[in-house]
Amino acid sequence: MCPTQLTQDKDRPAVIRQALSISLATGLYGISFGALSIAAGLSLPQTMALSLLMFTGSSQFAFVGIVGAGGGAASAIATSGLLGVRNGLYGVQMGPLLALQGWKRVIAPHFTIDESTAVSTAQTTKDLRRLGFWWAGIGVFVCWNVLTFVGALAGNAIGDPKIWGLDAAAAAAFLGLLWPRLASRTAQACAALAVVIACILIPFTPAGIPVLGAACAAVVIGGWDARRTKTEVTQENAYE
Amino acid sequence: MSDTVLWLAIFAAVAITLGTKFLGHFIPESWVSSPKIAPIVALVSVALLAGLVAQQTLDGGHRLVIDARVAALVVAAVALWRRVPFIVVIILAAGTAALLRYLGWG
Repeated sequence: MCPTQLTQDKDRPAVIRQALSISLATGLYGISFGALSIAAGLSLPQTMALSLLMFTGSSQFAFVGIVGAGGGAASAIATSGLLGVRNGLYGVQMGPLLALQGWKRVIAPHFTIDESTAVSTAQTTKDLRRLGFWWAGIGVFVCWNVLTFVGALAGNAIGDPKIWGLDAAAAAAFLGLLWPRLASRTAQACAALAVVIACILIPFTPAGIPVLGAACAAVVIGGWDARRTKTEVTQENAYE
Repeated sequence: MSDTVLWLAIFAAVAITLGTKFLGHFIPESWVSSPKIAPIVALVSVALLAGLVAQQTLDGGHRLVIDARVAALVVAAVALWRRVPFIVVIILAAGTAALLRYLGWG
């Protein structure tokens, strides 16, 4: 067994543990989704259809939020669709990173969400990335759907999810997913700019747009980083 | 919204979000592997996650608000910095917000 293999075997339980922790944490938030969805006027089958088929938390929250607030079908569809764009962007990143074949490649997109992408891209080898992707993707899917069902049944009994701090738990979950990616100055600058953009947009735009606007930070900082790297390479060549 | 319209809206929204997931995976790798695009793609999840943190913490419905969620996020950040396990971070954040609201703030 080569040293790399040994390191990987040693790391596998840690990756699985991380994936399951995130699954449980995200699943717990599924309770509040189930409860909120029923409160917004969706039936139990409609609530479960969203968790099983849409399976992307913020799009689901946006959808029931707009329906609950008396918004139209078009704005509910548009907002959830716009929030789902980032899953497509994750897919662009994850497709080559996972390099899957056959039926796994066909079902992988459905499990490409914030959590599976975050756990997967935090790993250092292809095997560990695949391990993290599937454990987090399927783990979140199971927990999210089971606890959506529980939340929908509990419905009114739970009352306001805010009393339990479930909204704050969601914010902390996203911060926990962001945290390991903030190692470089470039990533820190990107995150800071993203927060500023989101804060500027929150008062003026419909729900969902501030998060999409924040994605522009990646274009600005990433574009700047590409130019800077190119300049450094050119300068190094000049010294040779 | 009638039950039928609601079902149609659900299926339309599912078609769009699921379609987007598939589209991402099947875009050719060459589109994103160029030196100009790769750094941007690598930062997309950082930007979106940071945007989600901001929205989940500060969005008070078309205005920025500072409430129990901010205090909960600070607690979460300290916990993450201290390398506390993820699930404990979540519980600490929820507990902080729940306690502050019980005490009548935020």
